[in-house]
Amino acid sequence: MFADYVLRHHAMRLDVRDMHLWRGDHHLLRGISFSLQGGQLIQIQGHNGAGKTSLLRCVAGLLPVESGECLWNGVPTQRALMAFNQSILYLGHSQALKLDLTSKENLEFAMGLRQHVTSAQVLNALTLVGIPQCAELPVRVLSAGQRRRVALAQLVLTNSPLWILDEPTTNLDAQGVAMLEGLMTHHLQQGGAIITAAHQPLLAAHPARREWMLH
Amino acid sequence: MSVSGHTLSPFTQFALILRRDLRLAVRRWDQVLQPLVFFVVVITLFPLAISPELSELRRIATGILWVAAMLASLLAGEALFRPDLEDGVMEQWVLTGQPLPWLLLAKTVGHWLLTGFPLVLVAPWVATALGVEFDHWRLMILTLALGTALLSVLGAIGAALTVGLRRGNMLMAMLVLPLEMPVLIFGAKALDFGLQGDVVTGPLSVLAAMLLLGLVLGPFAMAAAIRIGVE
Repeated sequence: MFADYVLRHHAMRLDVRDMHLWRGDHHLLRGISFSLQGGQLIQIQGHNGAGKTSLLRCVAGLLPVESGECLWNGVPTQRALMAFNQSILYLGHSQALKLDLTSKENLEFAMGLRQHVTSAQVLNALTLVGIPQCAELPVRVLSAGQRRRVALAQLVLTNSPLWILDEPTTNLDAQGVAMLEGLMTHHLQQGGAIITAAHQPLLAAHPARREWMLH
Repeated sequence: MSVSGHTLSPFTQFALILRRDLRLAVRRWDQVLQPLVFFVVVITLFPLAISPELSELRRIATGILWVAAMLASLLAGEALFRPDLEDGVMEQWVLTGQPLPWLLLAKTVGHWLLTGFPLVLVAPWVATALGVEFDHWRLMILTLALGTALLSVLGAIGAALTVGLRRGNMLMAMLVLPLEMPVLIFGAKALDFGLQGDVVTGPLSVLAAMLLLGLVLGPFAMAAAIRIGVE
């Protein structure tokens, strides 16, 4: 039981300081500041178009930060981009799945670029997210919820300490949400950190959870 | 930290990307065959349109071969990065924490193997329709292999630059065509010299030098363009 509480990840710290972002003339992010440490979860909330996705993409380094800074363990992420990228797992709106490849192949190729994965690990991950029967099926024939689960299987496989999850519950049923919350709890126990944007509260009762409202 | 990304060999990644693209190609073979079919059809149409007189065709054979190869490569290049960008795979590649130019080089090599290399292999046969004797197959494979590889690299740079645009195809052709002119000129020259029994080392060396330069510098240009494209 206690084995679960062994910290898998070293101490880590993400600091976002006074982040601003303009999209055209629209001042989207107006001075966002927060910090996040191992074991903590931040849920970004806000109405549609409030800039949740943009904020997550800024943190991940997909959008250049126009003003303000984003520090990973005290170092600006832009200065040590490769090391930072290895430390994060970003799951966006688009699930980055090839429709003509099977679930198993998709995961092997996606994770294989980042770390060593065996097909036994991939099968295990697909079992944990509840779709072992889909392993050999092309993603094209899967339902939207099943595709989401394939993408979420990366959470089981990854070694990255910081998860950035953009609307991870889209298309998931109640069991799927419970499964996702289980994965998130486990990650937080191991010393990982999560920043997520979702409309429904995730892990609402978790002691290390904070909400950030975007206006 | 248990991040094991550091220990991953770059060659494993290269092989992984090649394997992925070959596997995807097997499942979407109709798209892969498109440039090859285009190349063969264009070349075999010329004898019908001009004259079946082989001596007449032989004079313009090298030009036809190279223009057809260039247009086929342009046709193929358009779909190089777009599918991966649209389904979000490119975004994940940017975030792998691995050198993006290396990943894109692997993608370009895979692209050449699927669209350029088959064209090189059929060229000696197809060229017989234009009056070029089959004996010249070695020369033809050598020049076209160098040339199509270079066209793939240049096409990949153009594809990366226009990948974020909704109607990027037209722009890509306009961007890439001027860059491809030297390939056309030196490639056609090399083949021409060879067919007339002259020494081909001159134009061939220029082609090879341009290819090396493209292979070394091209991926960095692609990576910079892709980073902007995923924004």
